[in-house]
Amino acid sequence: MTVPTTYEIVVCAGIVPDPLQTLEPVSGPGGPALKNEMMLPNVLDPWAACALYEAAALVKKAPGSKLRLVSMAPKAKLQQVMMTAAQKAAFELIPLDGPASGFADAAAVAAAIAEAIAAIPGLDRTKLLVFGGWESASRGSGAVLEIVGERLGILNQFQGVDEFAIQSDGSFRILERIEGGKHQVSTLAAPPAVLGWATGSLPEPPNNPQVGMANMRTVMPALQKASRVPLGGAPAYTTVALPAGRRTTKIVKDVPVDEIARDIVAWISE
Amino acid sequence: MDTILVLLHTEADGRLAKSALEALAAAVDTSAALGGAVLTVGIVGRDAKAAAGTVASCGAKRFLAASGPGLETPRYGSDAAAAEQIAKAAGATIVLAPATSRWCRVLSGVAHRLGGRSDSHVTALKADSGSLSVTRWYYRQRFEAVLSRSERPWVIMLDPGCHAPWTGAGGSLGSPTPAATPEDVMVAVSAEAKRTTVTGVQAPSAGEQTIRPDAKLLLVAGAGWSKKQPDGQTHVPEAEALILGFLKKTQASLGGSKSIVDMSGEGTTAFKFMTHLNQVGQTGATPRHPKGLSTCCHGEEPHVVGWRFVNERRAVNLDPSCGWAQGKADVLYVADAFAVMAKVNELLKG
Repeated sequence: MTVPTTYEIVVCAGIVPDPLQTLEPVSGPGGPALKNEMMLPNVLDPWAACALYEAAALVKKAPGSKLRLVSMAPKAKLQQVMMTAAQKAAFELIPLDGPASGFADAAAVAAAIAEAIAAIPGLDRTKLLVFGGWESASRGSGAVLEIVGERLGILNQFQGVDEFAIQSDGSFRILERIEGGKHQVSTLAAPPAVLGWATGSLPEPPNNPQVGMANMRTVMPALQKASRVPLGGAPAYTTVALPAGRRTTKIVKDVPVDEIARDIVAWISE
Repeated sequence: MDTILVLLHTEADGRLAKSALEALAAAVDTSAALGGAVLTVGIVGRDAKAAAGTVASCGAKRFLAASGPGLETPRYGSDAAAAEQIAKAAGATIVLAPATSRWCRVLSGVAHRLGGRSDSHVTALKADSGSLSVTRWYYRQRFEAVLSRSERPWVIMLDPGCHAPWTGAGGSLGSPTPAATPEDVMVAVSAEAKRTTVTGVQAPSAGEQTIRPDAKLLLVAGAGWSKKQPDGQTHVPEAEALILGFLKKTQASLGGSKSIVDMSGEGTTAFKFMTHLNQVGQTGATPRHPKGLSTCCHGEEPHVVGWRFVNERRAVNLDPSCGWAQGKADVLYVADAFAVMAKVNELLKG
């Protein structure tokens, strides 16, 4: 097998409310939703953003590779997020105008994303690396990428990836998170593969206005052309609620350290 | 009538882990609650047949086992093929599995192959009037939802620590109970699915084992440990020694806030043993432990999800009105964590 030296990287990334926002569930006509959902500031899904940064770094190591970002969200929200995300890395956006809700069905989302990837003109699937977050910060199912991979016929998949290194022979060394704070180490000779990223090892790149301007020249027309993606198949939600109330916190103040320490040790030993 | 397949895998030593026994117990209970749904146990991995013998008295009608060289280590292609074949052999309408890294990697893909749906990180199951619903969290443990599905098979991954483990007596191969004799399931794995080679497991690079999922206590360290202290200086080495000393004495697991984990990752003066694997909260883990002690942690509700699933919570913090502790912890000690933890470690010596 000839190991490719360039890659077709497709990053699948949704958008989620800024993690610092207070969220409240409401019942909508289509099922559960977030209160004032369209008003909430959004960000690129955190783990998927890590995947984007890793993909951008990979493109630098393998010049000639292509980086595409597939994202499903309401157009207006996606445009808002792209104003920032587009300054982080150079990519071609493939937008899907659909819900960004965590309550949407993972299988339906995956079907739409897989269809969008399969429809990329001239995509060389022998070089395809599908990246994304191993779980979203909304649904948190970890299902979408797996199903995207299945739909695209990709049988080499990795989840909770913290490292993806190209070795001297062109093969990949991959570290996946497993129980107990450890990593499983695997090797893979060549693409195609699906990689659900955890944090990875790269910091968030600084905003680069020049990259942003270049991206936005293609992002805006792509957003204008994005067609509506209807989703079905959501589960039947019986209830969606905030967790049960506050705890009564006992404040221990102006107490000698020795006494506090004894109290903690006694509690640990119970 | 539903057919419930509880899908388990063995560990590297051929045993069933606690999380597997929890899923088994949940399946036994669900089977009974659904009016005697047929229960099948499927086991994948090293010594799968022997492992089936250890749960022979669980009441399952069938035991299906898939083992072999390609199934001894977790790998998407082979694990997905094994799970698919077992589910088909069982005729399962409901597949219940522990939400381990091995099963979470493959079972949503398997659900797609079977024409069904999946739900991961399920925390509870309830069977009512013959119908099944599950509880899981959304938006990083911000909302708790109860949901059901009409699609079958429904693959449900139960989070570890959410159900008491099965504790029945084991059996042995060829035991008097015919059902305890496991049936071999032949797993055909394509060459494409075998391209991944698992070469091993890598422990934390710093050499300190600080994540212990089964620990009774979670110690959460916040960014305050790396801040300037009353003398105007930072005391990171002292903080490291206090935290590691506490972990060593208590065998607690260590969690970190995003800010302190990010500091470690960026190479600033922070804790060498703290990595993103330790991170708890919005973009980290939400581990389950009976008790949790947070130290030098600050922040409001979004940050506090890191100890959402910790039952008893105490905090050491200099700010009595801190949102991390107020309304979230059972006890808040308003004190200097350096002084408190030094004394705690001293007392633990004895």
